[in-house]
Amino acid sequence: MDHPETQTPANIPLVVTMKGIVKRFPGVLANDHADFELRQGEIHALLGENGAGKSTLMNVLAGLYSAEAGIITVNHKEVEFHSPKDAIKAGIGMIHQHFMLVPSQTVTENILLGMDQPNFRMNINQYDQKIAELGQHFGMEVDPKAKIWQLSVGEQQRVEILKMLYRGANVLIMDEPTAVLAPQEAEVLFTTLRTMVADGKSVIFISHKLQEVMAIADRVTVLRKGKVTAAGVPTLGSTRQELARLMVGRDVVFQMEKTKQEPGEVVLQVQNVHAENDKGLPAVRGMSFEIRQGEIYGLAGVAGNGQRELSQIISGLRKCTEGKILLSGKEISNQPTQFAIENGLAYVPEDRTHVGSAPNLSMTDNVIMKNYRHEPISRGWMLDIPQAQHFAQKLKDAYNIVVPNIDTPVRLLSGGNLQRVILAREISGNPALLVAVQPTRGLDVGAIEGIHKLLLAQREAGAAILLISEELEELLSLSDRVAVIYEGRLMGEVREPDLETVGLMMTGTPLDQIAAPIATGAK
Amino acid sequence: MDPIIILQAGVTTGTVLLFATLGEIFAERSGVLNLGVEGMMLLGAMSGFSVAVKTGNPWLGLVVAMLVGGLISQIHAFISITLQADQVVSGLSLTFLGTGISLVFGEGLSKAGTISLLPAFSIPLLTQIPFLGQIFFTNQSILVYLGYLITPLAWYYINRTRPGLHLRAVGEYPSAADALGINVFLTRYLYVFVGGAFAGLGGATISLAISPGWFSELTTGGQGWIAVGLVIFAQWDPFRAMGGAYAFGALRRLILDIQGPTMIFGLANPFYYNSYLGFFLQMLPYAFTVIVLILGSREAMRKRIGSPAALGNPYIRGERGL
Repeated sequence: MDHPETQTPANIPLVVTMKGIVKRFPGVLANDHADFELRQGEIHALLGENGAGKSTLMNVLAGLYSAEAGIITVNHKEVEFHSPKDAIKAGIGMIHQHFMLVPSQTVTENILLGMDQPNFRMNINQYDQKIAELGQHFGMEVDPKAKIWQLSVGEQQRVEILKMLYRGANVLIMDEPTAVLAPQEAEVLFTTLRTMVADGKSVIFISHKLQEVMAIADRVTVLRKGKVTAAGVPTLGSTRQELARLMVGRDVVFQMEKTKQEPGEVVLQVQNVHAENDKGLPAVRGMSFEIRQGEIYGLAGVAGNGQRELSQIISGLRKCTEGKILLSGKEISNQPTQFAIENGLAYVPEDRTHVGSAPNLSMTDNVIMKNYRHEPISRGWMLDIPQAQHFAQKLKDAYNIVVPNIDTPVRLLSGGNLQRVILAREISGNPALLVAVQPTRGLDVGAIEGIHKLLLAQREAGAAILLISEELEELLSLSDRVAVIYEGRLMGEVREPDLETVGLMMTGTPLDQIAAPIATGAK
Repeated sequence: MDPIIILQAGVTTGTVLLFATLGEIFAERSGVLNLGVEGMMLLGAMSGFSVAVKTGNPWLGLVVAMLVGGLISQIHAFISITLQADQVVSGLSLTFLGTGISLVFGEGLSKAGTISLLPAFSIPLLTQIPFLGQIFFTNQSILVYLGYLITPLAWYYINRTRPGLHLRAVGEYPSAADALGINVFLTRYLYVFVGGAFAGLGGATISLAISPGWFSELTTGGQGWIAVGLVIFAQWDPFRAMGGAYAFGALRRLILDIQGPTMIFGLANPFYYNSYLGFFLQMLPYAFTVIVLILGSREAMRKRIGSPAALGNPYIRGERGL
């Protein structure tokens, strides 16, 4: 990879350099002599798969972790950070994937948190104004008096950015900032980042999404298994395929093969369902749809719009306040979970370690959790352990689950293998309906491919599949139909979805209000 | 059965609950549930009375009671914050410990002598206000007036000051506070101490002012538990705590008074003729506490009533989220 330095002349000053950073976690070498440099006024992407060590490297720079070896300089001065506060003092602020915001407090309160400046008595109004002005300066308008829980995810992210800017950060590290955003919100974020860069700030943009890296970054550094495989390559003049190879170490299939097939009979009927969330507020407000045999129904939406609650109602973990759900013609809403399972429900929950599995139990115990009541696993009220072990061994082989043996507690499994255990348990009963929530979240590219293949195989076997995901590419490539949920309502349903339509629906525009202009525009 | 007298007594006895509840609000707002309130109150009542008897100075007793309450609470702080043990178990054992210690050191204290009480007085002009003047400003202990003062101050401190902001952040989302350089551990130790000191103050309010003396564990008679329930009932708000505390104080008095007259509303008073009904009435505040605690421990209910999100969770640095 020999690129001419066309975009960033050498006379632009370096803000940050990291040399030979080594960081070890028990059993893992997260950063293996990684180098990184950031110039003033650039957006520098840090690209790599999950577990490549991107976040670790940046956590070192942000003062959260201390490295075992390596040198960090900021503005040509060598520095040593013992806490995030040290890093912030040096002008480096990190915005984590999980926002560090106190939900019950206002925007201003969150920004002032931990500052020395307001004295004992806080004149909140005065600070509200300051923060509103700061927001305006960078084109990020937020209501300083709003409570965090009232804000959309995009707005919360703005608060996080403002928090760092208010502390005088010159370098912003953004950890997977678009993972929680709809495409349009991501566009807004990109504009903000460009404004900040034009203002002389520098941005480090951590991502595993090639497309957005190509779109936003000036240069890119690629990490694979803790090592830098490309350092500071300009994005102009690189191709997606090239970067993908550097990231994964082999060529990547971007599109899954999907056979054409006609959907069969209706399996799942959701009829005008309403439900409340844990706080007792309406989360699902009147949803109706149907899924047929042999079809994948993709449900897109920004997190927190009711998809969690919907999946819980269908699987029997939550009661609905109105409406009903039929599985193969039988009403399963507000029934015990057992009833839905007996009628052919399979459920792959979002939280695979706490809801999907019992982490301290063996793989055998985990895979018999659904069919332990029936022959041959149980006889009367006794479990037939050899039969259970036989069953587990069979699944281990059939689903290529990499586990030392079937008695291993599943908490020791990697995310991808744990998800295979769960899928094996759920699929092995030939379910009529499979509800999969975020089945590939946090998995690496190889594991994702495997899970996708399993889902498509179920589709061919004639199962109806409800796929709830925040990964749009995954939804678009797997689903026969894609619907979008927004604030507990369906915004619409499309057979041949495109990113723009889906994105607009994700931000709350119903399909019937957007379909016309786009359709005519296309003609 | 004069309603004004019942309400007046309610404010007086409710002050005990008010102090204990305010203290527990501080501790819980920082994320530490301390079920040791009853034990800390007993220790406060015993040590306050004991010092007052020995030195003849009730003010000194009051200060010692607060110190003792604060210091004993640090056992709970150490176990639940530093050792990250279960807060419920640790708090319960603190109640047993506090009760035990105060019974041992309080042995014989009930016959130790009389003390000069903390002063009680009326506030000149305010006492003239019809109805309210009688209830709130006539012949009340100085500690009752302290309660009027300290409740709005506590509210202001929690909601309008910088340390109050830090306190709330630590109880809601400790990792966010930690990331911004707030010392989560120190903050929690501090407010557990504050909680203990307030509980000690509550105990001493009984033994030095409103029903002076030492009557072993009957001195507090389980009011520490009612305070724990009141915190949930008050949704961690000082003003609501004040209302709740006075209401409970009035209820205690009502339960006593209602058993007095032979006739009530022109009918034979069942509570006069059947003393078992009286026991039933006396049980009510505790039954209320049990119900509130059960409801308050439900996850869904906790979210609905705005419980501090990190309440009951030890903070472990480096773990994601709470």
